[in-house]
Amino acid sequence: MSTRELTCIGCPVGCALEVELQGNDVISVKGNTCKIGENYAKKECTNPTRVVTSSVLVTGGESEILPVKTEKDIPKDLIYKCIGALKGVVVKAPIHIGDIVLENVLDTGVNIIATKDIEKS
Amino acid sequence: MQEYDLVIIGGGPAGLAAAVSANDQGINSILIIERDDQLGGILNQCIHNGFGLHTFKEELTGPEYSKRFIDKVVALDIEYKLDTMVLDVNDDKQVTAVNTEDGILEIKAKAIILAMGCRERPRGALNIPGSRCSGIYTAGTAQKYVNVEGLMPGKEVVILGSGDIGLIMARRMTLEGAKVKACVELMPHSSGLKRNIVQCLDDFNIPLKLSHTITNIVGQDRLEGVTIAEVDEHRKPIKGTEQYIPCDTLLLSVGLLPENELSRQANVKLSRVTGGPEVDESMQTSIPGIFTCGNVLHVHDLVDNVTTESYTAGKNAADYINGIHHVGTGIEVFATAGVRYTVPQTINAENIGDGIDVRFRVGEVFKNSYVSVYFDDALEMHLKKKILTPGEMESVKLTKAIFNKYSDCKKITIKIEKE
Amino acid sequence: MMFDVTIIGAGVVGCSISRELSKYNLKTCVLEKSNDVASGTSKANSAIVHAGHDANPLTMKGKLNAIGNKMYAKLSEELDFPFKMNGSLVLCFDKEQLGDLNTLLEQGQTNGVPNLVILNGEQVRKMEPTVTKACVGALYAPTGGIVCPYEMTIAMAENAYTNGVEYKFETEVISIEKTTDKYIIKTNNETIETKVIINAAGLFSDEINNMVSQHKFEILPKRGEYVLFDKAAGDLVTKTIFQLPTKLGKGVLVTPTVDGNLLVGPDAVDAASKNDLRTTTEGINDILSNAGLSIQEPLPMNMVITSFAGNRAKNATNDFLIGEATDAKNFINVASIDSPGLTCAPSIAVMVVDIVIEKLSPEKNLKFNPIRKGIRKFREMSNEERKEIIEEIPEYGKVICRCETVTEGEIIDSIRRPLGAKTLDGVKRRTRAGMGRCQSGFCSTRVVDILSTELNIPRYEVTKSGGDSILLTGKNKESL
Repeated sequence: MSTRELTCIGCPVGCALEVELQGNDVISVKGNTCKIGENYAKKECTNPTRVVTSSVLVTGGESEILPVKTEKDIPKDLIYKCIGALKGVVVKAPIHIGDIVLENVLDTGVNIIATKDIEKS
Repeated sequence: MQEYDLVIIGGGPAGLAAAVSANDQGINSILIIERDDQLGGILNQCIHNGFGLHTFKEELTGPEYSKRFIDKVVALDIEYKLDTMVLDVNDDKQVTAVNTEDGILEIKAKAIILAMGCRERPRGALNIPGSRCSGIYTAGTAQKYVNVEGLMPGKEVVILGSGDIGLIMARRMTLEGAKVKACVELMPHSSGLKRNIVQCLDDFNIPLKLSHTITNIVGQDRLEGVTIAEVDEHRKPIKGTEQYIPCDTLLLSVGLLPENELSRQANVKLSRVTGGPEVDESMQTSIPGIFTCGNVLHVHDLVDNVTTESYTAGKNAADYINGIHHVGTGIEVFATAGVRYTVPQTINAENIGDGIDVRFRVGEVFKNSYVSVYFDDALEMHLKKKILTPGEMESVKLTKAIFNKYSDCKKITIKIEKE
Repeated sequence: MMFDVTIIGAGVVGCSISRELSKYNLKTCVLEKSNDVASGTSKANSAIVHAGHDANPLTMKGKLNAIGNKMYAKLSEELDFPFKMNGSLVLCFDKEQLGDLNTLLEQGQTNGVPNLVILNGEQVRKMEPTVTKACVGALYAPTGGIVCPYEMTIAMAENAYTNGVEYKFETEVISIEKTTDKYIIKTNNETIETKVIINAAGLFSDEINNMVSQHKFEILPKRGEYVLFDKAAGDLVTKTIFQLPTKLGKGVLVTPTVDGNLLVGPDAVDAASKNDLRTTTEGINDILSNAGLSIQEPLPMNMVITSFAGNRAKNATNDFLIGEATDAKNFINVASIDSPGLTCAPSIAVMVVDIVIEKLSPEKNLKFNPIRKGIRKFREMSNEERKEIIEEIPEYGKVICRCETVTEGEIIDSIRRPLGAKTLDGVKRRTRAGMGRCQSGFCSTRVVDILSTELNIPRYEVTKSGGDSILLTGKNKESL
């Protein structure tokens, strides 16, 4: 049995969590003030994930840079590869919030979507 | 001289929410004046997520959050001018602005909302010694280059200050190919959100050097490195602890300062603690008809709080325009013993509806202490808090019922007590 | 390339000489190793136009100071650079030292300084209410003034250029060869042939001299640090406040700047090298505590904008080294011009040009135009004037630097005009964009855009001040 201390990143409060583990199994989560914390703790100890925010290039738009994000969290150890997959991605204006910029990044089933509207210049 | 009922200076999250709120109260003659080429304010360059959990029950990126309000402003047909800089506001509620198309604009308003936001403290204000080479940026300027212009300020980075902007940029620079060598923090604790320490530093094995500062900046034309040293309890460098870190970029995240030049010109009374205007419960400043909200009033950690504060300012500005002037007994709110300041600084109990959130920040870290609220000499609230830190804004809700209980109260005191 | 006169160094002295020379039909050029004028000491000094009581009457400094001072009113008008005769006070804190004030007064009168008068403590505080109660008396010099040293240098250079002087930047002198009738200057670019050389190379004037003359001298760089305060603190004092040297040191000044800031400094420390322009914790603490002695209230530390350092070119004689080298005909040294060098730049220019005229007997330049118009400043205009200029030049309606209210129109002018800005610092010194309380945090991205467009270079090639001072290392994700 082991204990792991974590800070929840689910929301800006950042509750201090105490997780009891038996091998790779989560036995209990303490210190969270909501369900987000409980879920985060379980995930972080077994299969940590992150939402990744980044940017890609835009042509023909009012701005040259489009901010993007992974629609859902992806495995933490894929962050760098995910960024690598965005290198060289160029989209054409117009583009709107929610539009898919890169489908199913690294076969995770998660799309990378636009988080800003950029109209044609 | 043009005339509007309401002029809002600043089209960021504060100005946008205030406009929507005022319009909700029936004000249609509104002008938002924005100096950038788009609405959205600083959120346009905050492409990370973490915004909107309270307001929209989901975590959005900065641009997504501001789009929700821009859409409302457009849908409500609220007028706004872009690329327009306000040059002057006077206590007669006259606004002078400039842009390339209209030239000089002179506008008379019935009410004004100051929503100009804040700026970053530069290296010069701290007299950080050493060379004045290139490669030294405030974190926000670097953020603009990376997130809006697509250009990298540097390759090997040291960050001074563990405020949220510094932490966010540590991650951002790393994920664009730079090497972030350290985050250096003067205090023994970080001033940013704990979650950002995890997802911006720990995730990337970027060392956080608490109780350290930069004692020298080295570089002829471009930065070549910085010397850091540990500091003692008086925050003075300890001789012999110096360490040289080669780097070509220094990002500074050493404080945000509410940008109140126009407020000064309007003769608005400013708080020496926050640098922003002193306000009452309606977000009205010392000049009747001039309201304020957002980072220009006091620097926020969460944009959701900016939104609620700005709704209040918008609603009350609308009331003012409609002839409802809230004049009241004006109970002074006094911050002491660990509490650095409160917003508002005055409360007219008649105007708080069913209650008011008094926001405040502490001046140092308090563990297992109490937030105590006194109405004159009577202790009315005694709230146990596991941890209070300067980097996280707090609030206490004072209900109308409490004010009714102390109908003769002259002064409310908020302080931190050990027991 | 054959010239009549070649000036080495485009600081305030070199540029003032070039402007004076352009009044004659002479083929003149100025060689400058940096990419802009005023890149050395001329951009980092106290910005004082001294009345002239400080210098020893037997020295060149003593002889040239008051004359130079008198020339500023006319020059600042002709050349459109900011100058203000605000007056200066030398404070005495010790009754025992009041006699020193008298000595200064007499010295000043010998030097030709007008209207000097000694005030008692009460009178000083009547004139300047924020002066410390510990002040027992002061020497008041009504002709003391303040100037913008780099705007002055730029104005001199622009006027010289429009009147025919050539300016060669990023041109460093490597060697100088003397032949019977001329000099051959090898630089990192071209080779220049010239009849006369004027060595105005500031901190490096020793190295230039020592290439040519056997009478070698050494420049000892002395570093001075300064702290600059927000314009909101600019009216703390109205006169330039000096201190009588005490046992503790030379005395530090507190002065308004001509642009309305408050400036405090300098100290005087042996610099580690001529390029050593560091600020130090000790230096800054020293000047702040010394300066604080002059005023009653503590200095408003929450209004500090920035600190900087400048090196003075001192030599062992402590006087200017001006004159033809005795073993090198037509090689004229104008070396080691430290305080009151800025004040004397106009009078030095006249003196040096007199030497050239005697040698070359040139005709007057009948096309010489003494008037140079500076950049029209939006912040100084009335709303009416602003409306007019925006009609004429719409870019004057776009404010780029909000702290100093500098518009795009001015920034574009600063780049397009003769000897225009090529870097962020070049724009800064011509327009003040980036000199305000946010220290270019807001405007630098925008100024980089404008420089990139105007100079037709990618944004990541724009530098802070030339050389390797790049701002941006490339595009996003390039290093991944």
